[in-house]
Amino acid sequence: MISRRAFLAAAGGAALAAAGAPARATQAAVDEAVRALTGGAEVRKGRVKLDVPPLIDNGNAVAAVVSVDSPMTEADHVRSIHLFAPGNPLPVMLGVFLGPRAGRARITTRLRVADSQTLSAIAQLSDGSFWSDSVSVVVTIAACTEDR
Amino acid sequence: MARAIVQVPAQAKRGEIIEIKTLIGHTMETGFRHNDRGELIPRDIIRLFVCTYNGVEVFRAELHPAVSANPLLIFPTVATESGTLEFRWTGDNGFSAVRSAKVEVS
Amino acid sequence: MSVRLLLLLLLLAAAAARAEIPLAERRSGYAFMGRDTRAMQDDDAVNPATLWVLDGEELWRRKAGAAGESCADCHALERMRGVAARYPAVRGGELVSLEQQVNVCRVERQKARAFGYESRELLSLGALIGRQSRGMPIAVEMTPQTRPYLEAGRALFERREGQLNLACSQCHDERWGEKLGGAPIPQAHPTGYPIYRLEWQSLGSLERRLRNCMIGIRAEPYAWGAREAVELELYLMWRARGMPLETPAVRP
Repeated sequence: MISRRAFLAAAGGAALAAAGAPARATQAAVDEAVRALTGGAEVRKGRVKLDVPPLIDNGNAVAAVVSVDSPMTEADHVRSIHLFAPGNPLPVMLGVFLGPRAGRARITTRLRVADSQTLSAIAQLSDGSFWSDSVSVVVTIAACTEDR
Repeated sequence: MARAIVQVPAQAKRGEIIEIKTLIGHTMETGFRHNDRGELIPRDIIRLFVCTYNGVEVFRAELHPAVSANPLLIFPTVATESGTLEFRWTGDNGFSAVRSAKVEVS
Repeated sequence: MSVRLLLLLLLLAAAAARAEIPLAERRSGYAFMGRDTRAMQDDDAVNPATLWVLDGEELWRRKAGAAGESCADCHALERMRGVAARYPAVRGGELVSLEQQVNVCRVERQKARAFGYESRELLSLGALIGRQSRGMPIAVEMTPQTRPYLEAGRALFERREGQLNLACSQCHDERWGEKLGGAPIPQAHPTGYPIYRLEWQSLGSLERRLRNCMIGIRAEPYAWGAREAVELELYLMWRARGMPLETPAVRP
């Protein structure tokens, strides 16, 4: 089995093309994913907070808390939050759908982060606007595993 | 049957925001790994998680391979009335799991 | 070479070889993890290892084998408190790990087939039994019975091995706290096994973790359940005596 580190080591190289799996999403794929969500509308920085440890113990399970400053009323609430990882093979990580029944716009999960990169969260509000936050993370590689 | 842990407060006050923790056993095979023979291991993940509250959807999540194995989802909901919260996970290869929990709202 | 120089070199070599961590300076691997990984361990509702504990509870009650008995038929779960903290142990004149003892019961009492090493069943039972000792001090002792196994285990811990020609003690006694490729080197105390290792994305035993170490130094790992593996486990548990058990722990 090709280990995760061998996988990363071959990133961008011919070996990887032969394997048929991208190590990193292309910028076009990331842009397309964001466009699919926003329809090309402006994404403003703010109101969203993406809380991820800056230094990650292991890229297989990165704790992530996403929250959005919103009263979560019928008139003014968060409809959805999407998480993006441009440094992963696929740009979209997770999409959650909330609404006024949530009471609060805040979710916690654990994510796979393939390599050091800038993660981002984009929230769509009930008025159709988009807001975002991003965090740069560093992924260290575990020593002493099944492969090395 | 898939193993899962669901934590919901048994009681809540009307209008209180309660926090629900869910954890389900699943390898979330990304579809990017290879086995010892160099063959690609096909993707096998949970794709969707839905929480309903007395039959009304109050939370939904679309999962992709970037969600860690044994997916954890913690989310809030307003305790509107007594009743049943139902949690449903579905995914590749016909994966399906359901759990429910009761909440008493006063 | 002069006699004085030779004596000085021998003295330095002896000092380096016996650089054991003073008891009061011992720290669990927990202390070397990030805040979020520790939070994952601290809450059973978010610790994936709990899934295996739940499986273990079900297996504990399941009747098995020609004898048609469950673990519960002989052992009340509450009575298993403290057991995991005392293993590996000398039973019937032989050193056995907790996993091996479970299989002794499986084969000799339940008249069922032994569970494979690292099987889901054996891991689930290990997680369940270990969970009963959570918070208790590790209680492996040096006795006339355990001494020869402990000496053997210590020799393994201090022996250079593998293509990298490294001994466990060189990293874990002498260089704990320093970095290996960006990750801090822990002291290697088995304070929470079986663990949910983030690298495995699954629960695994101390033996599996030791195999990872040996592959890390390019040494041939011991066979599953080999005498050396259990002696090394015994030494590691004794080296961690008095430290609280955290089973089932989370580790990177």
